Amino acid sequence: MDMKKIYSVLVENRSGVLCKVAGLFSRRCFNIDSLAVGETDDPEVSCMTIVSSGDQRTIEQIEKQLNKKLDVIKVKTFDETASISRELMLIKVKYNKNNRRDIMETCEIMKADIVDMSKNLMIIQICDVPEKIKLLINMLQSVSVVEVARTGTLALPKCIDTE
Amino acid sequence: MIGADAMVKCLEEEGVEYVFGYPGVAICPFYNSILNSDIKTILIRTEQNAAHAASGLARVSGKVGVCAVTSGPGATNVITGIATAFADSIPLVCITGQVNSELLGSDVFQEADITGAVESFVKYSYLVKDANEIPRIFKEAFYIANSGRKGPVLIDVPIDIQNAVIGKFKYPEEVSMRTYKPTIKGHIVQIKKVVKELSKAKRPIICAGGGVLLSDAEKELRAFAEKYRIPVVSTMMGIGVMPTKHPMYYGMVGNNGKPYANRAMNESDLLIMVGARVADRAVSQPDLITENKILVHIDVDPAEIGKNVGASIPLVGDAKHIFHDFDKEEFTCDHEEWIETLNQYRDTMERKRTPNPAYVDPAEFIRMLSEKMEEDAVYVADVGQNQIWSCGYHIVKNGRFLTTGGMGTMGYSIPAAMGAKLACPKKQVIAVCGDGSFQMSMMELATMRQFDVTVKIIVLKNNYLGMVREYQHYTYKDNYSVVDLSGSPDLEKLAMAYDMKFMRLFDMDKAEETIDAFLEKDESMLLECIIDPMDLVK
Repeated sequence: MDMKKIYSVLVENRSGVLCKVAGLFSRRCFNIDSLAVGETDDPEVSCMTIVSSGDQRTIEQIEKQLNKKLDVIKVKTFDETASISRELMLIKVKYNKNNRRDIMETCEIMKADIVDMSKNLMIIQICDVPEKIKLLINMLQSVSVVEVARTGTLALPKCIDTE
Repeated sequence: MIGADAMVKCLEEEGVEYVFGYPGVAICPFYNSILNSDIKTILIRTEQNAAHAASGLARVSGKVGVCAVTSGPGATNVITGIATAFADSIPLVCITGQVNSELLGSDVFQEADITGAVESFVKYSYLVKDANEIPRIFKEAFYIANSGRKGPVLIDVPIDIQNAVIGKFKYPEEVSMRTYKPTIKGHIVQIKKVVKELSKAKRPIICAGGGVLLSDAEKELRAFAEKYRIPVVSTMMGIGVMPTKHPMYYGMVGNNGKPYANRAMNESDLLIMVGARVADRAVSQPDLITENKILVHIDVDPAEIGKNVGASIPLVGDAKHIFHDFDKEEFTCDHEEWIETLNQYRDTMERKRTPNPAYVDPAEFIRMLSEKMEEDAVYVADVGQNQIWSCGYHIVKNGRFLTTGGMGTMGYSIPAAMGAKLACPKKQVIAVCGDGSFQMSMMELATMRQFDVTVKIIVLKNNYLGMVREYQHYTYKDNYSVVDLSGSPDLEKLAMAYDMKFMRLFDMDKAEETIDAFLEKDESMLLECIIDPMDLVK
């Protein structure tokens, strides 16, 4: 049974590290559903958020192989349900006066913003959980989608008070 | 002091005696600085063999093997040697020269992105960007290579960094890396679990892999097996953990192993895998080693446990420490019946061969040779049919058996034997190869002559790439494709060209006296054995 897991991987912020981690996934035939990288509060440390799926053994192997990489400081693995996850998407669509109202309504319902516009194009921005992003894309399929840019999922484990 | 001087000083600090390599402009500052050192340099004839020679040295000495090559083609040529060491977890530090750091990425002459290219075959790699970092990087590299699960580390040094003037040289005393702390000691809870299962087991067996030799735990394992009378089998890389004729040893497992070894492993009720990857050639059906039995998997690399087979009791740690901890536990076990069964398997299940009397029988020849070899001799098997016959019929006494089980790189035996001989000059070192693998490394006869490395070489000649021919025999019904080695040189003339003594053996009639003469003196020699081209390992 394939499961979805989120890996939050703290790595040394050095050149080549992204390549090493991504290379590990391709070499060992692990899936990458999404990958997002950015600096943490410590400029020497980057955080990679990797969403992957596989059976129990694959999921364990991914964590073990990540831990084996000498540039990896810490690996946290968690389920989607145990985390807060967000993704940002910019989507450019072609509109006309007949469907403009519909698009704006969809945006309102989906809590998406129109951030740029011309006479027949607009860019819509949404920041939400990955399912909502997919839903918005589906909703906009009926109008002509020109291009899409997505950040990939970012996630942190949910807050649990420890005293 | 310049960067290159610092590199040499680092090697001195690490107690390096030999550097195997091949210079080019990009590594010349290093090769210039090394002239002021007592470290000996060995000019190998092709870069791949520098890594193999370093591997041979590392495996018999327990030290890190070092090679140094130039940028571009020098670096890419060494990759196969590095990958070979990686697959067998052999500790190497491989230094590559690199183009001027300001030109990196502009595809100048002899530039290759070696750290990128070699990423999946190294434990770690460095591209040095500041000469002052050299001491720290070298200290880390040697530590990484020879600790935890051992393996090759590559250090890429641009020529301007080698030439850069540095301040005071200070070699760090300790390594501190927040990302690398291998688990050496086994968890006591897991150790107690194993002991508890052992005391209940009716049919226990230990399967020893190359990791036992890498952690220098042969003595501990042997003592443990003897004390509790636990039978031992080994993988190809584990050959030599037990002397072949040890009463508790039941041979090599795997599809090229002994039928009784596989049967013993499959019929056990408690299998202790130690330092073995459970790779396809050793265990073709992982289900069989978990069915109806408890599988204990001991490895220093946590990722190996559960990779190919799920273990009932995982135990992460270094084999030497773990057997030491086992020894502290007191328990009793009784399985004499099991031992009797295994003895019966061993006596009755040996694969029968029907050798052709017109040729040298490789099995009998290897058996005879190893009986006559010195007690602590080093036997290096190449890859191919010669390797399978070597595994099957070589008798390890108290020496070493080296081969490349993971990558199966042809041409390994001669350079690895050279490295082993340099590491222990008093020991008898013999390389056994086929006529295919010999021709992949025969350029090293020059290195042997130049540096007076007295390796004895045996070529089992059948005019074929025998292992592939055997595969085509079974799989393609004798439709041979690209396996005919016609055109090979006359080895007698070749030996003469390198001032090497030569002998040829046509059949078994003169085998005994030929082997005696071959082994008599500590000198390089080439012995060609003509074997039946149609002979099969199975």
